[in-house]
Amino acid sequence: MDTDRIDQIVDKHHGEPSSLIQILLDIQTENSWLPREALERVAERLQVPMTRIQHIATFYKAFSLVPKGRHQIHICVGTACHVRGGSRVLDTVEDLTGIKPGETDLDLKFSLETVNCLGCCALGPVMEIDGKTHGKMAPAQTADVLKNYD
Amino acid sequence: MSDILLTIDGKEVRAKQDMTLLEAARSAGISIPTLCHHEKLEPYGACRLCIVEVETRGHPRIVVSCVYPVEKDIVVRTRSEKIDRIRKMILELQMAHAPDSFILQDLATEYGADKDRFEKEPSFCIHCGLCVRYCAEVKKKNAVGFVDRGIRKEISFIPEIASKECWNCKECFELCPTEALQAAYVLIEALISPETSFKPEEDGDRTKGDQDRKARKGLSVLA
Repeated sequence: MDTDRIDQIVDKHHGEPSSLIQILLDIQTENSWLPREALERVAERLQVPMTRIQHIATFYKAFSLVPKGRHQIHICVGTACHVRGGSRVLDTVEDLTGIKPGETDLDLKFSLETVNCLGCCALGPVMEIDGKTHGKMAPAQTADVLKNYD
Repeated sequence: MSDILLTIDGKEVRAKQDMTLLEAARSAGISIPTLCHHEKLEPYGACRLCIVEVETRGHPRIVVSCVYPVEKDIVVRTRSEKIDRIRKMILELQMAHAPDSFILQDLATEYGADKDRFEKEPSFCIHCGLCVRYCAEVKKKNAVGFVDRGIRKEISFIPEIASKECWNCKECFELCPTEALQAAYVLIEALISPETSFKPEEDGDRTKGDQDRKARKGLSVLA
């Protein structure tokens, strides 16, 4: 992400230090993670200390300080999905992608996260990829779903 | 601005309007234990050790005295069975993180806290924020800050700033109630520049011996 684009985002929020979280969210949405150079530029533009930005960026789970894959897999391990075998779906996806929850594979293809509820317990076990919900997953079906993403 | 009259431990205390309970008590010579308080810094209310019982119109409740402004005609008790019990618990929880801190050990003796009550999670930091706030508010360098949250919250130096500012300052070292800060600093220093990290200081810093001793201690607790 280049400096000009970061400047544009900062300008959109009128360079207000109080808009720090909004600015970081915009960068996160566009870039899918927060590179160090971007944070340094934001700190310089807003005159906010780096310690503060670091605190906020590590506090909220919405921010990532490491690169994320092109596709975000969320697997529900909430109660309803758990009793319907969510953990087995998770195990299979871990095997297929070779990554654990919180990690990203080397090709930056997938990032895997667990979530505690996606609000559609009747569809459990639920796997969500890039916001698209795949309900009633069986471990054997996951390979077919993942195949559609590259 | 008119003075405010209140009662602390049965003693009539006259306080200024913008004072906190802690300041009022200390000005009257009544001591309240604190870990995160520092005169030069804004009150933070992190350690909760300075809790006192405040009674208004016959209703007692527990407040944190370092962030509680003085009020007219309140009755304050800085020691009571309830307060001592809570302080003991706070100390026991903090000692699960920093069992070797001298300040905590002294307080533990006073309040009868058992340092082995809870399973040890030696992070050595009790999140008082003294180093973080001192660096931000007094030195205005922001070399050290908090990262992460909840049980994973810890202090972290910004290497780019720390390598420029910290070597000749280290004023936060003295503030740390558990000396965890030094351990973190020495560790980061060793990671950035392994060959220079234990170089003796050239300028005759009068507290050098003391600091070196503390720094070694910091490392030994980490190991």
